[in-house]
Amino acid sequence: MTGAPPVPRRREGLATWAMVAPALAITMVFALYPVVDSLWLSLHDIFVGIPQLGSPFVGFENYIALFRDPVARQALVVTLAFVILSTLLELACGLIIALVIHEQFQGRGLVRAAILIPWAIPTVVASQLWRYIFNDQYGFANLLLFGDRVTDYIPWLAYPSVAFAVVVLADVWKTSSFAALLILAGLQVIPRDLYDAARVDGATMWQRFWHITLPLLKPALLLALLFRTMDAFRVFDLVFVMTQGGPGDATQVLQYYGYQTLFTEGRVGYGSAVSVTVFLMIMALSLTYLRAIGSSLLERRRA
Amino acid sequence: MKGRLLLATGILATVGLSLLPFLWFVLTSFKSQTEIEAAPPAWWPSGSLEFYRAALFDHHLFNYAWNSALVAGSTTLLALLFAIPAAYALARLTVPGKQGILALLLCVSMFPQMAIAGPIWRLLDSLGGLNQRWGLVLPYVALTLPLAIWILASFFKELPPELEDAARVDGCGPWSILFRITLPLATPGIFTAAILILIYAWNEFFFALLILTQPEQQTLPVGIALFQGEFTMPWGELAAASVVATLPLIGVVLLCQRWIVSGLSAGAVKG
Repeated sequence: MTGAPPVPRRREGLATWAMVAPALAITMVFALYPVVDSLWLSLHDIFVGIPQLGSPFVGFENYIALFRDPVARQALVVTLAFVILSTLLELACGLIIALVIHEQFQGRGLVRAAILIPWAIPTVVASQLWRYIFNDQYGFANLLLFGDRVTDYIPWLAYPSVAFAVVVLADVWKTSSFAALLILAGLQVIPRDLYDAARVDGATMWQRFWHITLPLLKPALLLALLFRTMDAFRVFDLVFVMTQGGPGDATQVLQYYGYQTLFTEGRVGYGSAVSVTVFLMIMALSLTYLRAIGSSLLERRRA
Repeated sequence: MKGRLLLATGILATVGLSLLPFLWFVLTSFKSQTEIEAAPPAWWPSGSLEFYRAALFDHHLFNYAWNSALVAGSTTLLALLFAIPAAYALARLTVPGKQGILALLLCVSMFPQMAIAGPIWRLLDSLGGLNQRWGLVLPYVALTLPLAIWILASFFKELPPELEDAARVDGCGPWSILFRITLPLATPGIFTAAILILIYAWNEFFFALLILTQPEQQTLPVGIALFQGEFTMPWGELAAASVVATLPLIGVVLLCQRWIVSGLSAGAVKG
């Protein structure tokens, strides 16, 4: 900036403060304070509906109990399996979708809109949809596979591993397009002349993809990985609607377990310990990712 | 030639896989109960509107849709009201601890809902906001602010600063610069943020489930998740309700595809 601004500095400082403060205040009250409060609650024994027990301070007892809880351990395993499987599949599908909608062709706008529809559909609707597709009597999966051989119809969601796979499938269907858009943004910044030069040198389509697209796409892929991992960790709607955590504990994920302990069973202290543990895991993971993304962006700048 | 064939296959596969599953729900919604329950179930519907009638009048679909519209609409307006000045200040003015604030907002957008659900419930309980639509709007605003601020700030940063500098020299304060100069130029960015907030608030389920326990107040996702019949699962009515809940979103996507694509990828490029 050249020259002294005629508006006095202090007035501008006050205006700046007035612009940022409301947004910060609402974030503090409805996002930051609740996290701290969760931490505080997790150090107490509180049961909804039994106020005569009070809320005694128990230190880390809830956390110790959590580490010994077989259901919680199962929920952790299921959550991790869900995160890894769904995220990898979504990155793969997202990459393919991004490559398709990056090309120039007639009607590209309509194709992009069609791909966005699964992303825009409410997760609850997508959950009911896939639950219905894999319904034992009326589902499309059975109709497609067995037609009128009704006796062969399979109760898909009654098998633990199939139910888990269907939840993953529903998530992949719903969110691959989001990953695709993040990857598309990465594709759009790769300079065209790199491909032209490679074509002149006689590189095949596969070689161009492997040696130009993929390496230059690394930051975008990492970013898509970050967003998808965080979101997959928070999976709730799909499980609530499709399987309620079952059959058995096959689709019991951490957020659903936390919901059950806190809101269905009213064990506020223990449920909060579950929530805080999920929170810490997500934050640790996102910090690791962000560090990796930061360094890969630096690499690109140096190159 | 080989490339074009590959592209055509890719387009067909992605479009088909994106649309066909939902098409099964659309087909189901126009069937009759006997067509659904036939063994095997009928492929094509006879075009009955009975399920739409039942969903609207027996399952209070209109009521849920109205609640959703109220909640999503007020969330969008309030979130923009708070996000626009904050994003402008973070993009253009000297805010102490700017990087810290932006990092904090990014963190908040990654919070698992469970980690804040209990305390938000208790907070709303003491404010009298449980079972009130405004009680749901408050956390929605807080949870959509980070995304809105990120999108808007990256949009404001791309506007040429010369006009603003000229206005400043003429003695305009930050507020009048924001309202008279920056806002009119930034309508596409505001539109993008508004669409994303609207979709979030229309679709959100977890907090809606916790905060609204009375059917009169509940939003569409809660209504659809807890859909029940007297004896059996009413799949036909559920499919009709799902189509109705999704229709506005399909409209938004068709009309605003370009803004959604640019909005979602804006965070990525600058990320």
